[in-house]
Amino acid sequence: MDKRPPVVEMRGIVKTFPGVVANRNVDLRIYPGEVHALLGENGAGKTTLMNILYGLYPADSGQIWVRGQKVAVQNPNAAIGLGIGMVHQHFMLIPSFTVTENIVLGKEPVRSRAFVDMRAAAETVQELSQRYGLKVDPHARVESISVGMQQRVEILKALYRGAEVLILDEPTAVLTPQEVEELKDITDGLASQGKAVIFITHKLKEVKEMSSRITVIRRGEVVGQVSTHDVSAAQLANMMVGREVDLRVAKKEANPGATVLCLSNVEAFDDRGLPALRGLDLEIRRGEILGLAGVDGNGQTELVEVVSGLRRPTSGQIQLNGRDVTKLPVRGKTASGIGHIPEDRQRYGVVMDFSIAENSVLGAQHKKPFAAGISLRYDRIRQYARRLVQEYDVRTPGIDVPVSKLSGGNQQKVVVGRELDRDPDLLIAAQPTRGLDVGAIEFVHRRLVEHRDQGNAVLLVSFELDEVMALSDRIAVIYEGKIVAVVDPNETSEEELGLLMAGGHVEAGKGA
Amino acid sequence: MASEAPKGSWVNRVAKLDRLWISLIAVTFGVIVGGVIILSVGKNPISAYGALWKASFGSTRDFGEALVSMTPLMFTGLAVAFAFRTGLFNIGAEGQFIVGQMAAAVAGYAIVGVPSWLHITLALLAGALAGAVWGGIPGYLKARLGAHEVINTIMMNYIALHFTHYLVNGPLKGHAFLPVTQTVSNSAKLWRFFPPTRANTGIFVAIAAAAVVYYILWRTTIGYDCRAVGHSPDAAGYAGINVSRTMVTSMLISGAMAGLGGAVLVLGVQHKFYDLFGFTGYGFDGIAVALIGNNHPVGVLAGSALFGVLSRGSQRMQSVAGVPKEVIGIMQAAIILFVAADEVVRRIVRWRRAKALQVATATRDEVEGGTV
Repeated sequence: MDKRPPVVEMRGIVKTFPGVVANRNVDLRIYPGEVHALLGENGAGKTTLMNILYGLYPADSGQIWVRGQKVAVQNPNAAIGLGIGMVHQHFMLIPSFTVTENIVLGKEPVRSRAFVDMRAAAETVQELSQRYGLKVDPHARVESISVGMQQRVEILKALYRGAEVLILDEPTAVLTPQEVEELKDITDGLASQGKAVIFITHKLKEVKEMSSRITVIRRGEVVGQVSTHDVSAAQLANMMVGREVDLRVAKKEANPGATVLCLSNVEAFDDRGLPALRGLDLEIRRGEILGLAGVDGNGQTELVEVVSGLRRPTSGQIQLNGRDVTKLPVRGKTASGIGHIPEDRQRYGVVMDFSIAENSVLGAQHKKPFAAGISLRYDRIRQYARRLVQEYDVRTPGIDVPVSKLSGGNQQKVVVGRELDRDPDLLIAAQPTRGLDVGAIEFVHRRLVEHRDQGNAVLLVSFELDEVMALSDRIAVIYEGKIVAVVDPNETSEEELGLLMAGGHVEAGKGA
Repeated sequence: MASEAPKGSWVNRVAKLDRLWISLIAVTFGVIVGGVIILSVGKNPISAYGALWKASFGSTRDFGEALVSMTPLMFTGLAVAFAFRTGLFNIGAEGQFIVGQMAAAVAGYAIVGVPSWLHITLALLAGALAGAVWGGIPGYLKARLGAHEVINTIMMNYIALHFTHYLVNGPLKGHAFLPVTQTVSNSAKLWRFFPPTRANTGIFVAIAAAAVVYYILWRTTIGYDCRAVGHSPDAAGYAGINVSRTMVTSMLISGAMAGLGGAVLVLGVQHKFYDLFGFTGYGFDGIAVALIGNNHPVGVLAGSALFGVLSRGSQRMQSVAGVPKEVIGIMQAAIILFVAADEVVRRIVRWRRAKALQVATATRDEVEGGTV
């Protein structure tokens, strides 16, 4: 173990919320120069523990020691004063401000006691960004920079305030594979300069790649502290879930039948009015899962929107079961047999303030048996919701609970259940497991395969290359709005896919 | 991460009541603020509030007139609340109310030879229709061109004010020198059930309208669509709901409510359209009423009753207790402020509830020997 004294030590932390113990006697030691992963399923208590360290909640009992001294962290300002910085999952940046303005906000360098010295601020930002290898443009507006860069701005914000310990909450959830690589370089760099990085995650692969030590938390308790190179991903999964987990997806050989969806020469613009799909051809058959692999922003979103009816293609044809459905709006597409698990479930998949019952009929609220004329049949809706909750194992105290009160995994089960239950000939599953924990991922994967086995087509869009490889029967690679290759997952490798995703140039070298 | 407690239905009930508490506490704070101001102008708050109370509840006659002053607010409050549930700010209830008044007045004297029940129905419908058109135009502009409904509904208010001003001084002038329309026929007048007060069946129309709004919002597919659009236009679009059309529908219904209010005022109280030299204020008070009532029909009825009582009481307070009636304006403003700044009130409630919960969990822990 490390010889140096820990920079942060949490001892016997207990935190209860009404009805739940979020942290049960948790001990955690963080050493300078390490990247420490806090691993656990959704709801295990990882974020709560870090929120306590950052002064967002008081602990019920337990102690926090920083650099050998017992401290009371009453609020985030106290935490910052102690050299603890936190980057939240949802960034806290002001979109219309520049990178520099965001970084120095609240601690601006001042000239003549009254004026913000923006030039000095920009220089400081530049200097910090070089020292830690965090590439940012100090003068760009935050609204116009990529998510990856926004994250770097958040990290710089913490460093600017003198953070020695940096907490990253689910830092990879919003990043593309390339950005994850870059983040790894950043955390390594920070650790090599003596900073401690704590990152909260439930993704095993990233834990293995990015961290040096791991603390696994299950149901509020620490179940183990291990060195990363001493454990396998499977062991970690078992610790995290508390039982044997099969990371592979069990599925039979595909038995593809008639063509369900056929896109020919489809073109469409994106929201900014720039061409996003440029003559795309794609075919999906009954009884197969077609995985769409690609770097974010190559037309995946637009493709999904065009097929589901949210976006009108400018040219080309979409056929469903041999019928032209190109111009049908969402309702027409749904009626002709398309189901859609949207990429952003909280924005599109559910109405967060609606109850589970109301959400369970979203998209079918106007149809029998849920409506008679314009009247809603709440008895039928509630009956249906109860069945859905049971069949898809949604963990909730009742069907009248607003969906916003459910965990991400359970929200997704509501969406997946609703869409699958309508038994669509074609199911579009966009990022179906994003942000879910191992148990829920297993569940969603199994259901998708079942849907395929019942003779339906599934279009899987995912940034998780592992997921695409594991689930798909065929993989289509999308690049700049076109399908550039269709490959057999058994005969390809992540490297080959990465190359294709990057445009197929061998000399590009770095895939996803 | 789910640091949240599993939500039992009782928690939701408390959360719902939370809104009620906020309104009640806001009203209490408003009363206190008003009392302090009355004290500061050297008057006795007890006698001032006594006068205020008596103005509406001192006699059956006062009570009847109080009903009259709260009725228009119920309609405009419902109008604002309905649009708000769809995520739209209808600042134009005022204009919709005005055109509703005019349309009902015209229908009231121009239609002849029909039985009273039909005449009243037609005149009410005329008011509702005019309001719907007045609300529908900004709704359509919003849906079609993305023009902001706040701006356009405000503009429509001015158009309504000046357009009716022109009509009542020009083509529809019904009196030798006064700028008023003709008086509506007796068959179009709402029954005054509490003579000699002007209290009329219009208040039952208002209560029925509240029931209709409730039914539409929570029991029909139209309301489902409206609320889905209000909470999350993206999710609504994903689900195949036509977001633009829903917005127009919502503004039509909202405008119809305000227009109906104008019709009820004309058929029940004024019996003719009087030239307006400025806004009636009902549309704007309707915003306040919707806010206090948490955009819920029942809350709107309660909020309207409160505002009706306050506005009537302010006159009496001035004449009996010598307190300037503007104090009531300040009080109303304070109530709105506390409802809008609900976080202040919420903190007080939460603090009280946290204490109660601590006690509750402590006792339960002792019984169960630990929590889940």
